Amino acid sequence: MLTPNICKMVVSAPRIAKAAQPGQFLIVLSDEEGERIPLTISDYDRDLGTVTIVTQLVGASSAAIISKEEGEFFRDVVGPLGNPSTFISEGEEAHAGRRYIFIAGGLGTAPVYPQAKWLHDKGIPVDVIIGARTKDLLIYTEELSSACDNLYLCTDDGSVGFHGVGTACLEKLVSDGKVYTNAVAIGPMIMMKFATLTCKKLGIPIDVSLNMLMVDGTGMCGACRVTVAGKTRFACVDGPEFNGYDVDFDEAMRRLGQYKTEEAEEKAKYVK
Amino acid sequence: MAERIPRVPVREQDPKVRAHNFEEVCYGYDLQEALREASRCLHCKNPRCVAACPVSIKIPEFIAKVKEGDITGAAAIIAEDSSLPAVCGRVCPQETQCEGSCILGVKGEPVAIGKLERFVADHTFTTEGDETISPERHATRGTEAGGPERNEVKQAVGAAEPTPEREILSPRKKVAIIGSGPAGLACASDLAKWGYEVTIFEALHKAGGVLEYGIPEFRLPKEKVLKREIDEVKALGVKIETDVIIGRTVTIDSLMDDEGFEAVFVGTGAGLPKFMGIPGENLNGVFSANEFLTRNNLMKAFRPDYLTPIHAGARCCVVGGGNVAMDAARTALRLGADTSIIYRRTEVELPARKEEVHHAKEEGVDFQMLTNPVEILGDEKGWVKALRCIRMELGEPDESGRRSPVPIPGSEFEIPTETVIMALGTAPNPLIVKTTSGLEATRRGGLVADEEGRTTRPGIFAGGDAVTGAATVILAMGAGRKAAKAIDEYLKTR
Repeated sequence: MLTPNICKMVVSAPRIAKAAQPGQFLIVLSDEEGERIPLTISDYDRDLGTVTIVTQLVGASSAAIISKEEGEFFRDVVGPLGNPSTFISEGEEAHAGRRYIFIAGGLGTAPVYPQAKWLHDKGIPVDVIIGARTKDLLIYTEELSSACDNLYLCTDDGSVGFHGVGTACLEKLVSDGKVYTNAVAIGPMIMMKFATLTCKKLGIPIDVSLNMLMVDGTGMCGACRVTVAGKTRFACVDGPEFNGYDVDFDEAMRRLGQYKTEEAEEKAKYVK
Repeated sequence: MAERIPRVPVREQDPKVRAHNFEEVCYGYDLQEALREASRCLHCKNPRCVAACPVSIKIPEFIAKVKEGDITGAAAIIAEDSSLPAVCGRVCPQETQCEGSCILGVKGEPVAIGKLERFVADHTFTTEGDETISPERHATRGTEAGGPERNEVKQAVGAAEPTPEREILSPRKKVAIIGSGPAGLACASDLAKWGYEVTIFEALHKAGGVLEYGIPEFRLPKEKVLKREIDEVKALGVKIETDVIIGRTVTIDSLMDDEGFEAVFVGTGAGLPKFMGIPGENLNGVFSANEFLTRNNLMKAFRPDYLTPIHAGARCCVVGGGNVAMDAARTALRLGADTSIIYRRTEVELPARKEEVHHAKEEGVDFQMLTNPVEILGDEKGWVKALRCIRMELGEPDESGRRSPVPIPGSEFEIPTETVIMALGTAPNPLIVKTTSGLEATRRGGLVADEEGRTTRPGIFAGGDAVTGAATVILAMGAGRKAAKAIDEYLKTR
């Protein structure tokens, strides 16, 4: 457990580990009666044949995933799904002169790690901001400190690092003279919305990773529909990362709550 | 010729009762009913029913066996041409295929070929009990039945074609099948019978494709029917690997280059849902039929012991007129929604099986024909509150010969509803084409393949909805079998 609510799990899945790229996700089904839950890949080891996922206790299905002990099995793990991060498909030369800033919030910190590491390993300048409510809820601080040039911690209560949200931290960094050419935000939808607004103000292009509701994750159900640049896109096959400027965040937030009533009923039944 | 015995009606669950449960609607024939119905077959010398069957099941022959009371023998005859008889007996559009061509249908009612096929398949299950069927068991089935037909049965089950024994290839050549739906299962069965080492790769966590995620329990029971027929395919030696997405987990190129597969069959179906492109489609409460049905069928949302949420609302509109629309509407109804089908043509043009339309009506689904949605209206929280529609009339016939629906100006009206399910057909998934070198697709997304399933790249074959776009289970099976033949020819000449 990384925090009382957030759990890191290393899953043996050789085929997936071999194919996984930063930015992609898995679908995990804990048990026969569970749901197919999309979880962004937080690390992978091609030699060991493992992939790492980090999940947070939200409802009955995530509780079932977290309840697994070391050595136990998930009923199913499938992936890697979605497209790798945009910067991975761009050629080496595209990165010349770029300076990346990642804004990570809560659970979204974990998938930032393989992305930052990928860039850092290639010598591309990358800074990371991690935000959480309080000090004890910050995750992946150790891993990230060796996967970027500068790591900035922020807490809402000021218990450690910058006192305030990640976007305020970014504004301060820029006003202090830091220069970034590209931003990536991963975290709660509301955080990504504000990160996008801030980046727009600062003139930095930004990619966001949308954690929409999904069933199959292969383009079949359309539950993950989201409006991007005025067009309906499927987060599972067209994303999960999109240009933040183009995303209709209010619609995305509303769609995330589509099964709230049903989920609350299930949670009440299973999580006591 | 005067019809002596009328078609034997099939027993069904009371519509009032079944509208509230997910138990199978149709009970099927018992032995006496099947014998009586089988006795109606005239055994035409030139059977039109066989010609009309996409997999050419020897219908008069299997019915003759039923007549004799040799159900095992009947099953063996069907098994020569179909690996999924219990499925097809339930979901095939018989009225446009075998039964539609039955000579008895000219003046009266055709022989209930579908119901007989189902009876034969179900009967085989019940006599076999709950044991898993091993290849040995296949071979001994004739013995169990006893009687003079023993040898005949043995031979029939052993070969996919009535052609003589084949040499078992050594070392066995490996064939990969992408997708475990009807096309893939049919292709895999034939190839396994011919001695190939066959592996099916399935993206979802359960095998069956649309039979698992799309067709509801009340029409095709999963454990009782589908799982058993898939187990029969496995018993032929076919390996099924679930949770492998070809194009993501591994590519066709790496299957062929690194994993030793010498031929590949792509039977990935048509899984991408279509939407209308009208305002309000992203409101909460608008679902693709794929999402709605997958939640309920694959993910078992209707069962309280499963966690999957589903939302049908108190009032539901299903847009479309095919089998998927009927399935979605009848599922929503069973989940407690007052449900309407919205279709832009008339009842005559409904593409769904007649039986499904009839069942849906009996259960209380409302049909709004000549009606087309123009906008979905939402409340202040972004949830659906009404479907705005326009009335249509049929105009001049178009190129396809069908009279195309034309909107009647000024006839817009609103249907208050909490959910809208779009069942407008589906398109093939582009992932395989995108990630495989040398494969081409048509503008509509289907893989380019000839009649025998050969794609633009040697060694890769395709069939079913992945080529044609959304069609039927049996057409997909037919395409799978044709491709199996082509794969066999290809591998023998290599």
